[in-house]
Amino acid sequence: MLNRCIMEMEGSMAKKLYSLTAIFTTPNEIIKAAKAVQEAGYSKYDVHTPYPLHGMDDAMELKETKLGFVTLAAGIMGATGMISFASWVASVDYPQVIGGKPYWSWPAFVPVTYEIAVLMAVLLTVAALIVFFFKFPNVSHPLHDTPYMKKVSADKFGVSIQAEDPKFNEKVVGDLLKNLGGEVSPVYYSEEFLDFKPQLFEPKFILLLAGIAVVSAGGGYATWNKLLYLPPFDWMMEQPKSKPQSHSEFYADGFAMRPPVEGSIARGFIPYPYKGKPDEAAKYLVNPLLPTKEVLALGKKKYLTFCSPCHGNFGSGDSRLQGQFPNPPTLHSDKVRIWSNGSIYHVITDGQNVMPSYQYQITREERWAVVHYIRTLERALNAKESDLQ
Amino acid sequence: MSDTHETVIYPKKELPAKYVQTGWALVAAGFILAAVSYIDDPHRAAYNNLIGFAFLASVAVGAVFYIALEYIAGAVWSTPFRRVSEFLAALLPFVVILSIPLFFQMHDLFHWTHDEAVASDKILQSKTPYLNVEFFVIRFVVMMAIWGLFYYLFRKNSLKQDMDKDQKHTRTNIKLAGAFLPIFAISISVFAIDWLMSLEPHWFSTMFGVYYFTGTIICALAVITYIVVVLSERGYFFQGIGKDHYYSFGALLYALTAFWAYIAFSQFMLIWYANLPEENFWFIARWKNGWEYVSVAMVLFHFWVPYFMLLSRPSKMDTGNLKRSSLLLIAVHFLDLYWLVVPTFHESPVFGYEEIAFPLLTIGLIIIVFAMQAKKYNLVPIGDPKLQRGMDFHL
Repeated sequence: MLNRCIMEMEGSMAKKLYSLTAIFTTPNEIIKAAKAVQEAGYSKYDVHTPYPLHGMDDAMELKETKLGFVTLAAGIMGATGMISFASWVASVDYPQVIGGKPYWSWPAFVPVTYEIAVLMAVLLTVAALIVFFFKFPNVSHPLHDTPYMKKVSADKFGVSIQAEDPKFNEKVVGDLLKNLGGEVSPVYYSEEFLDFKPQLFEPKFILLLAGIAVVSAGGGYATWNKLLYLPPFDWMMEQPKSKPQSHSEFYADGFAMRPPVEGSIARGFIPYPYKGKPDEAAKYLVNPLLPTKEVLALGKKKYLTFCSPCHGNFGSGDSRLQGQFPNPPTLHSDKVRIWSNGSIYHVITDGQNVMPSYQYQITREERWAVVHYIRTLERALNAKESDLQ
Repeated sequence: MSDTHETVIYPKKELPAKYVQTGWALVAAGFILAAVSYIDDPHRAAYNNLIGFAFLASVAVGAVFYIALEYIAGAVWSTPFRRVSEFLAALLPFVVILSIPLFFQMHDLFHWTHDEAVASDKILQSKTPYLNVEFFVIRFVVMMAIWGLFYYLFRKNSLKQDMDKDQKHTRTNIKLAGAFLPIFAISISVFAIDWLMSLEPHWFSTMFGVYYFTGTIICALAVITYIVVVLSERGYFFQGIGKDHYYSFGALLYALTAFWAYIAFSQFMLIWYANLPEENFWFIARWKNGWEYVSVAMVLFHFWVPYFMLLSRPSKMDTGNLKRSSLLLIAVHFLDLYWLVVPTFHESPVFGYEEIAFPLLTIGLIIIVFAMQAKKYNLVPIGDPKLQRGMDFHL
């Protein structure tokens, strides 16, 4: 910028004439001037004012801008895109019943569709303005950094007629602008200044951007997470909740943990109705599992873990406990062999004599698998005729 | 942006007599049809009378609203046309006249006036402190008195200014507008609740007041726009009333169309989403037995068609397009009121000479009142300090 000013002061005539400019002091003068320039038949000229002037479009006989079509197209794109996306999500990708309504409930999509239509229209209009009208990334213009531009962006009004104009004649144009009451001055430019384009992919520039990103992200992270530690940036570390074994200020009895409501049942838990009723268990319970390979493997695993210490690996009552605990009778006795599956299940669940209940150690499914495995053990010692063939 | 501020010389032109004649013809036809229908089927005549009454109230009260809006917003572009609103607001006495037959038909129109029904209905019983005939009449009288008072004051100051060209009248009216607008916001809701929502006394929607308000201001603006475009084309306003003024009317109509859709859809969506039986029956009644076609027509002609008619910039300045879209919006306000009122009384849509009587009558009244006012007073507020700027208005 400084270089350019110096060059201008030198007034190097080697540079090309860009335009003749004229400065006016009131809005009415500039509108009159614009009308006169338009009527004189110039086509390549422009008017610069510090704020939008009512009536300037008419004075310059500007055509209707095409930007509105970009806005319309972007709005339609946003609306159709969003309603399709919402429809696909709600009825194909992740269908959920909400309020008892059909999956595809279009009225629910209208607000978001409207919002996205407006958002797309606005963003793409600005983008189109920058790319098509401002010719991004071209940032150079002969009028930039000139005394003329400084004045018209503060408190003066200017018109600039370009030398490219087919009717351009420096003397005629100068006289026209002078007669209109303007303060006339030429603007020169050099080719290399105009060819200057910002080098967006220069390593230094990219590095600078990356540096800004790292510093701002790191600063933001440190500020929010370490210095201020405000919600939601404490990531739910601080919560109004009771920790285990802590005293409750909230409940009158001081207990943080509430007992479940009488009669409530945990999810997936099935109450055992035959507690202390072995006869009924024997009568009504049926093994829900089939003796498949997987079930028998599971039963074997659980049997060896929980049952074998007392009952022995093969169920014959040969305990590994060296008399620390009374040995149970063999499972191969006639009594056990004629028991129903339900009776064995009942004993595992409810316990018998000195054997405690195993319902908390072995799940319901696993108990039935163990029953299958015990039946297999019994069959191994007392095989049927058919098994031997 | 003209730098000459000469005093305004306004040559007052008489409106052609044929306007008043057309008005009288419409009023006569409407009056005869209305009388016949009152003899033929008083019940049906009563609710059509209600539609006509609400329509005329929309235009008259909406016009008062636009007078106040211009003052409080300090708008200059609309100053040359403020008299149009003032003339239309002179319809307020006719609103009262149209309401008189309704007070004799209260029992036919309003379920909550049936004592035996209220006695066996717990919901209606709890609403009786508000929904009773005495309080209903008091509210109506108070509202009309307030609207009439503000109309009288606005207009008195405005007409005085024609003579003495004193700026202090504008300042007084700005203060009056500041007082009027909050009162208007409440009273128009009360008006809508009393006359339209209480037809279904079990139903309620907290957006109903705003819904009727949007219809009111669209309808009033459409009438103003139509009159301005027609008169301006025939040279009753100043030279220089042109596309920038038309554009402002078009843009306002366009914005209000979108606003109506926003309010109407919000009312629908909240009730549809919650799906509570005490609210949703109102929309269900409008979605069966042929009413669904009327509902779809409302969506199409109250929103989509005028929206796209007024979407592009040139179409907002085109006089033909402005006239067409304002006529459409006026017609569709009748449809709106029909859609609000009639499903309460009929399972499926009905249409006959009874439905034409009151539109003819009210449109005729608007023409006559406007033409007579225009004969008596200046069509332009020639003493208004904002007039010159209003005429010079450019986008």
